[in-house]
Amino acid sequence: MRAVEPPALSVEGLSHAYGARQALKDVTFAIPPASFTVLLGLNGAGKSTLFSLITRLYGIQRGAIRIFDHDISAAPGAALRLIGIVFQPRTLDLDLSVEQNLVYHAALHGIGAREARRRAETVLERIALADRAGDKVRNLSGGQVRRVEIARALLHEPRLLLLDEPTVGLDIKARADILDHVRGLVAEQRVCVLWATHLIDEVADSDAVIVLHQGRVLALGPVSRVLADTKAPDIRAAFTALVESGAAAPSEAA
Amino acid sequence: MSTDVVSRHSGFSLLHYAVCLKGIVWREALRFLHQRERFVAALVRPLVWLFIFAAGFRQVLGVSIIPPYDTYVLYEVYITPGLIAMIQMFNGMLSSLSMVYDREMGNMRTLLVSPLPRWFLLSSKLLAGTAISLLQVYAFLLIAWFWEIEPPPIGYLTVLPALVLTGLMLGALGMLISSGIKQLENFASVMNFVIFPMFFASSALYPLWRVREASPMLYYICELNPFTHAVELIRFALYGQVNGLALAVVVACTTVFMTGAILAYDPARGFIARRGPAGGDA
Repeated sequence: MRAVEPPALSVEGLSHAYGARQALKDVTFAIPPASFTVLLGLNGAGKSTLFSLITRLYGIQRGAIRIFDHDISAAPGAALRLIGIVFQPRTLDLDLSVEQNLVYHAALHGIGAREARRRAETVLERIALADRAGDKVRNLSGGQVRRVEIARALLHEPRLLLLDEPTVGLDIKARADILDHVRGLVAEQRVCVLWATHLIDEVADSDAVIVLHQGRVLALGPVSRVLADTKAPDIRAAFTALVESGAAAPSEAA
Repeated sequence: MSTDVVSRHSGFSLLHYAVCLKGIVWREALRFLHQRERFVAALVRPLVWLFIFAAGFRQVLGVSIIPPYDTYVLYEVYITPGLIAMIQMFNGMLSSLSMVYDREMGNMRTLLVSPLPRWFLLSSKLLAGTAISLLQVYAFLLIAWFWEIEPPPIGYLTVLPALVLTGLMLGALGMLISSGIKQLENFASVMNFVIFPMFFASSALYPLWRVREASPMLYYICELNPFTHAVELIRFALYGQVNGLALAVVVACTTVFMTGAILAYDPARGFIARRGPAGGDA
């Protein structure tokens, strides 16, 4: 939007290995604020590793990650404050109520209980679960749990929301609801979203995509540009073509 | 707007730290209240030792007058501090090691992506675990009181700081071990290789002078065991006394274990990374 605005997330020359196995190879990309970017890759492409590095669960071996110009290694506190994350595995406490889970999360961000309850009410209202605030998470459906996790990730008002395969295991209706909800967040609240998935039908024409395959970025940019570059009719064909050519030329220097 | 956002989000006040600590302790307490079987198990374990083992051994092992006792004491009275330390050891190991399990790994992730410094998050987690162990210990002491284990009333107060220290030491040990374990199939290996050796090679069940008579070698092992000093710290504190050596050893071990655990969970050192991604997807 404005030239002075730093990217919401910038990743430069990021490589990561588990022992001898290279999970990420020289990954570089930047995503602008208030955008919806899909990180597209098959299982094992390196998506979760990338998320673990962005959220500082793992230390960076090579390269750099910046959140709104805050280096995640040098200024982790400032960077993490701007991130909301929904992990692939469910991470809510099943035995605690929805509100208790939210208040706990708020406390981890230094937000007191009273303010946390006020914010919890707002975010739960937005996902139409305000009446379930006192229920144990165990009693919610899979889609509802995911919505609560997204609400929790937004509680501290982050500017960058990371979602790691958020629709896995959900039915079609719940998937569509969550996708709509998150797209709405981008439009209404100018939250920047990085949405990791292996489900190609979750990509919309207006999105930006990052195609990750075997730890390398094969394509990145708005869907229209990726389609033009690959001369493919749709993103599914483009993805297939990229993955096949990527597999054919694995030694290509970055 | 975005530039404001960026500058607004840096630095934490003491209040933030206090809120965070309170939140972590509060969650741990809520979880504890929801897991009644865990509370029962934590109490049954030492009570079995007290009611059955100690009753059986009362006639076999005579305990002479040794500090801090100023009279002959029943065997039950002698092993009570050891059982208290056992409660804390189980609690520390269980709460720290549960972080390794997949179902708890998610909670660990939630904790570690908090923007507050990691040393603070882990210390808060340890404090929370220690607070839970205090509830267990006082519940045990209450039941033991009906079993005629009656330390001086002031002892219930003076033992508190000792319990905080020993709880932190044993919790930090558990956390350190949890960082080094790649996969934990069950609790049995930790029982075999950590809990049992530490418990039996200590002054929990028998005074060390008796151990020395039996085997000087074992005596030295017991003396080197930090658990012995945790037990002795509790034993003396329960009678309103301070065992200087035990205090020094427990403080030193707490410092070492905590530092080790914090270093082990430092992302740059990659103990978590070595364990690999928890979600199954690399």
